[in-house]
Amino acid sequence: MIVNLIKFIKLMCLRLLGFQVKKSALVAISLIVVVSLSVSLGAFRGQNRLIVSTTTSLYDTGLLDFIAERYFQLYHIKLDFIAAGTGQALEHARRGDADVVLTHSPSLERQFLTERVVGVRKIIAYNFFIIVGPGEDPAGIRGLPPVRALTKIATSGVTWISRGDNSGTHLKEKSLWEKAGIQPAGQAWYIESGTGMGPTLQIANEKGAYTLTDTGTYLKYQKEGLINLAPLIESGEDLLNVYSVMAVNPEENRQVNFSGAVAFIAFLTSEEGQKTIEDFGKEEFGVSLFNPAVQLLRTDSAVAEWIRDYAFIENGECPPEYRLGQEGLYQ
Amino acid sequence: MSEQLLDIVLRSLWISGTALLLSLLWSLPLALILGLRRFRGRNTIISFFNAMLGVPTVALGLFLYLLFSRRGALGAFSLLYTPTAIMIGQAILITPILISLLTSAIEAVDPRIRDLARTLGASERQASLTILREARKGSILAGVSAFNRAIAELGIALMLGGNIEGLTRVMTTQIALGVNRGEIILSLEATLVLLAIVFTLTLIANRFRGD
Repeated sequence: MIVNLIKFIKLMCLRLLGFQVKKSALVAISLIVVVSLSVSLGAFRGQNRLIVSTTTSLYDTGLLDFIAERYFQLYHIKLDFIAAGTGQALEHARRGDADVVLTHSPSLERQFLTERVVGVRKIIAYNFFIIVGPGEDPAGIRGLPPVRALTKIATSGVTWISRGDNSGTHLKEKSLWEKAGIQPAGQAWYIESGTGMGPTLQIANEKGAYTLTDTGTYLKYQKEGLINLAPLIESGEDLLNVYSVMAVNPEENRQVNFSGAVAFIAFLTSEEGQKTIEDFGKEEFGVSLFNPAVQLLRTDSAVAEWIRDYAFIENGECPPEYRLGQEGLYQ
Repeated sequence: MSEQLLDIVLRSLWISGTALLLSLLWSLPLALILGLRRFRGRNTIISFFNAMLGVPTVALGLFLYLLFSRRGALGAFSLLYTPTAIMIGQAILITPILISLLTSAIEAVDPRIRDLARTLGASERQASLTILREARKGSILAGVSAFNRAIAELGIALMLGGNIEGLTRVMTTQIALGVNRGEIILSLEATLVLLAIVFTLTLIANRFRGD
């Protein structure tokens, strides 16, 4: 085929230009291109590939690199992470461009489950969003319940930076404004950054503004000295942040690696996987950035109740019709 | 330079270098036709490629993403999130640069040289080769500009490659990721290497031009 292609190009050159391009030069260039392209394809062909589209906060904190390392040690499977917002990750799932998604927006997860884009949902971890702002706290929100704090920010007119990118953090923020009964979009004090959590924190830092952030990214930026923002409101049911894993539905997208996805979900919810999540960040920050959720959900503790209230769909992690035959994961 | 960064730099050179050669396979013959022949619609074609010079990389990236996606027209080839996808995307991105600059370089050769060659007994083929030799300085500049555009672009590498560690992470996506992760030092290192490569190549190209 390649020989024919070269013959064709040579013939075209001869016909159109009236002279022959040197055969050796043409062969050399074609050869390099062919070898290079095939090497790049061979780089992953034959390997068991698992594409994980993930929310940025899990990736940018480094948790997933930590998990991938452990996973490779145990099973010799390389995980390919695509860092995106929760909204974008689920769109990847819809187009079949990912095998697994990691997200943190129960309302959006419910929607994609019912559309049968994804299935086999398992809750893997939780932590709390925090509201950060300048240390002098011009709106006076320190320690208030989140919804009251937002009302105060709105009336004081101090700038609020929103992610504005349909990420899990952004959706959480929108639900908080809704609870407060405020329509922030279009207000002079409300700015949409349209970018990731890190850059958003930097904008808030520059402008002396408030913003909602996940704990991991905030701690990392604060530690690196890139921002100087104070954590003003740190917990409470309204700020709960729950991470879930889901497999892309193979009935909708035949090419996905469903067995690989299920194996990875089983690992994340296993004792080993949960311990890996808990261990992450302890050395660097002195605290776990993400708390394992599987054991906790078997108890009646207050936080477990909050998770059930906030992140359960029809009284469970995943209604039976969306479990795609993986009942074993729900016992 | 850390091993991690070296790996990324080598991958960038490999991907963008292949993209350049791949693009030359169709850009060079097209530029030769546009530069040496006169035919109807020639100006329209040249204007089209001139206009495409400024195509935003994210626009091309989005278009190719929809094409390479598993649901897309070329989904069966599983190209998305592979180095090959970036190579193809960058090859298309730099096609207008190669064609525009190569065509001007060929056009800039004094047509009398060709005529002179003919009167001195050269065949049509030899005369055309003479013109190509005369246009080599401009051609080198075209190649370097195209390579620089490829290696310095972010949109295509991010959307088609996905910035996967050890597979599709190149210098520009590393810079963007470093900013997101608050790892500014790694971003700065990658930026310096990228600038060094681009400057060195441009200087070399200019040397050729000055001869």
